[in-house]
Amino acid sequence: MVRVASTFGRSGTHDYVLVRATAIILTLYALFMVGFFVATPEVTYQVWTGLFANLWVKVFTLLAYTAVLIHGWIGIWQVLTDYVKKSSRRAFVQLVVSVALIVMWLTILFVLWGV
Amino acid sequence: MLLYKRQTTVKKQRPVNLALSTIQFPAPAIASILHRITGVIMLVALVFLTWALVTSLQSEQQFNWVSSLMDTFLAKFIAWGILTALGYHLLAGLRHLVMDMGHWEELQSGKLSAKVAMVLAIVLSVLAGVWLW
Repeated sequence: MVRVASTFGRSGTHDYVLVRATAIILTLYALFMVGFFVATPEVTYQVWTGLFANLWVKVFTLLAYTAVLIHGWIGIWQVLTDYVKKSSRRAFVQLVVSVALIVMWLTILFVLWGV
Repeated sequence: MLLYKRQTTVKKQRPVNLALSTIQFPAPAIASILHRITGVIMLVALVFLTWALVTSLQSEQQFNWVSSLMDTFLAKFIAWGILTALGYHLLAGLRHLVMDMGHWEELQSGKLSAKVAMVLAIVLSVLAGVWLW
């Protein structure tokens, strides 16, 4: 019998808090990136790599990817448990999404490392 | 015995409405489903965004390639779609945070805040379109 309905966190309550905490980080990062594009007249390669050369931008970006990993993981679980009734199919889609999120997190880590 | 009795009464009292065209989703229900749809859209969008970020940081040549792609109508349309989904998802999320604190939970305020979130999202979507083109 399933006693705890949670996916990423230790409990449903933990998931609830994680979704909201990561949402705040993602909001700030989205505002930062949109703000950068709006405020920069011409985004050249030098400007672009110069931005990501900053340590705090690297940290902020990786923090945002960590947030989206958790937020997307829990979010897709909430959607899947409502609409995909067949357990095997639900588990398969969850696996694909979770692995994709982890792969993107790792890719960004190594790419940022080299900028 | 009692359970059986309860089941029969529920069955008898259950209203039947098969005129599906008369059933309308209230604004908060539409706000909720849009929040989910935009969330799933952005999970897919994340693959495109990550690809663009990774490619643009590889070399100047690759950056220029991504940059020239962004001048095409299709890429701009995809970017506009992503910004629209982001704008709505963000506004609906902020509405959720306010509801977590116990506001906008009544029928009138719930309906109004759902409508306001959707109208503001349309405004943001238009602004994003003007900015991109």
